[in-house]
Amino acid sequence: MAIDKNSNGYTFSFAIAMVVVVGTLLAVASQGLKKRQDKNASDKKMMSILGAINVEASRDNAQEMFDTYVIDSLSKVISGKDIGAKSFDVDIKKEFRDKTLAASNRNYPLYICEKDSNRYYVIPVIGSGLWGPIWGFVALESDYRTIYGATFDHEKETPGLGAEIKQAFYSDQYTRELVADTSGVFQPIVVVKDGSGSGLNSKVDGITGGTITSKGVEEMTTRTLEVYVNYFNSLNN
Amino acid sequence: MSEKKEALFSKKNRKLMTDPLDGSNPISVQVLGICSALAITVQVEQAFVMSLAVMAVLLFGNMIVSAMRNLIPSRIRIIVQLVIVAALVILVNELLKAFMPDVSEKLSVFVGLIITNCIIMGRLEAFALGNKVWPSLLDAVGNSIGYGWILVVVAFFRELFGSGKIFGLQIIPESFYEAGYMNNNMMILPPMALITVALIIWAQRSRNTDLIEEN
Repeated sequence: MAIDKNSNGYTFSFAIAMVVVVGTLLAVASQGLKKRQDKNASDKKMMSILGAINVEASRDNAQEMFDTYVIDSLSKVISGKDIGAKSFDVDIKKEFRDKTLAASNRNYPLYICEKDSNRYYVIPVIGSGLWGPIWGFVALESDYRTIYGATFDHEKETPGLGAEIKQAFYSDQYTRELVADTSGVFQPIVVVKDGSGSGLNSKVDGITGGTITSKGVEEMTTRTLEVYVNYFNSLNN
Repeated sequence: MSEKKEALFSKKNRKLMTDPLDGSNPISVQVLGICSALAITVQVEQAFVMSLAVMAVLLFGNMIVSAMRNLIPSRIRIIVQLVIVAALVILVNELLKAFMPDVSEKLSVFVGLIITNCIIMGRLEAFALGNKVWPSLLDAVGNSIGYGWILVVVAFFRELFGSGKIFGLQIIPESFYEAGYMNNNMMILPPMALITVALIIWAQRSRNTDLIEEN
C-alpha cells in the first residue's frame, strides 16, 4: 500500500471525511424525520391534555378526540393578544422564563374543554426536574379551584425514581385538591416527605428517591397555577 | 492468503459468545458498565429495555469498527470509535422518535447512558479493532447478553424487595402488607445495586474459584 496510515495527512483526511460523512448522515436523518417527530410530539401533547380531563386517547385518534373535547380550540390565551389557534404551539417555557417580556405580553394558553356537559379548564404547567424539563397539565373544574385531574411528564428524570411522576399513582393524588380557598386566594399544592399527603389537604406525597423531581413539581405547579388562579379571580370580580 | 475457512460456529467462535456470560462477564468479572447497572435496575422492564438498546448499539458498533479496522488511523482510533457510537445512538434515537414514539419515551434517559457505556468502548477497542466482522458480531452478542442478564437479575431483586413487583405486576400479596410487611426502600436507592452486584460476584467466585485473584 502506498498510503502511510500513520502520516498526519492520512489522519487528518480520515478525520475530515468521517466528520463530513457522519454530519451529513445525522443532518439528513434529523431533517427527514422532523415532520413525523413533530406530529408525534403534538399528538402526545393532545393526549396529555385529554388525560388531564380523564379522557384516554391514543396516538391514532388524538386529533379527533382533541377536537371533540377541547371546545375553545383557540385554547384561549389568558393575557396579551388573541393569537387564536396558534396558542397550541405557544412555547410556555419561554413565556415564563423570558425576562425581557412584560407581564402583560406573556401568553399563557388555557384549554377550555367540555365533557358530559361539564366545563374544565386545562392549565399547562412547566418547570425543571433533576436532569431536565418536566411539564404537565392540570384540569380545574368550573369553580376554578378544584383540581379535576392532572398529568405530568418529563424528559429525562431517573427511571424508577423521579420519572415516576408520570405514573397515575402520583398524579391521581392531585385530584380534588383545591388550588384556591373560597375567597379565591391561591394556595399551593405542597409535596411532602412525611407521608401526610393523603386526603384533601393541599398536600401530596413525594416520591422516595426522587426528591429533587418532586420539589420541581411543587415549584412548577405553584408558580404556574398562581398565574391562572389570579386570572380566574379577575374573571369573578 | 489460503487460510482454511473457519466454520461459522466453530468452537472458538462459540466461546466468543459464551465466555462473556460467565468467565469474562463484563460486569461481574471485568466490572465495566456498572454505572448503568446502578442507574436503571430499579425495575425489570427498564433493565430489559436498556439491555436490548445496548445490544443493538454494540452489534452495529462492533461490526462497523471491525469492517473499518484497516482504515482507522491508530492515533485517533478512540475518537473514531466514539463518533461511531455516538452517531449510531443518535440515529437510533431519531428513528425511534419518528416511528416508535412510545418506545422512545421509555428509553428517554438511557440513550445518553448508552454512549458512555464503558462496555461498548471496551469491546470496540479490545476486540472489534483486531478481529474480523463475524467474530466481532458474536463477541457483541455474547457481551451484551452477559451485561443484560446481570442487569435483569439485579433489577429482579431490587424491584421485588423494593416495590413488591416484577415487570410492574404486584407479586407480594396484599395480605403480607396487612400483616406488617413493608417494602424495603433501601432497595430502590442506588447503593443496593452495588451490593446486589457484589453478591452476584461473590456467588460467581465461590462457584468458579479460577476467578479469584491471588495477591
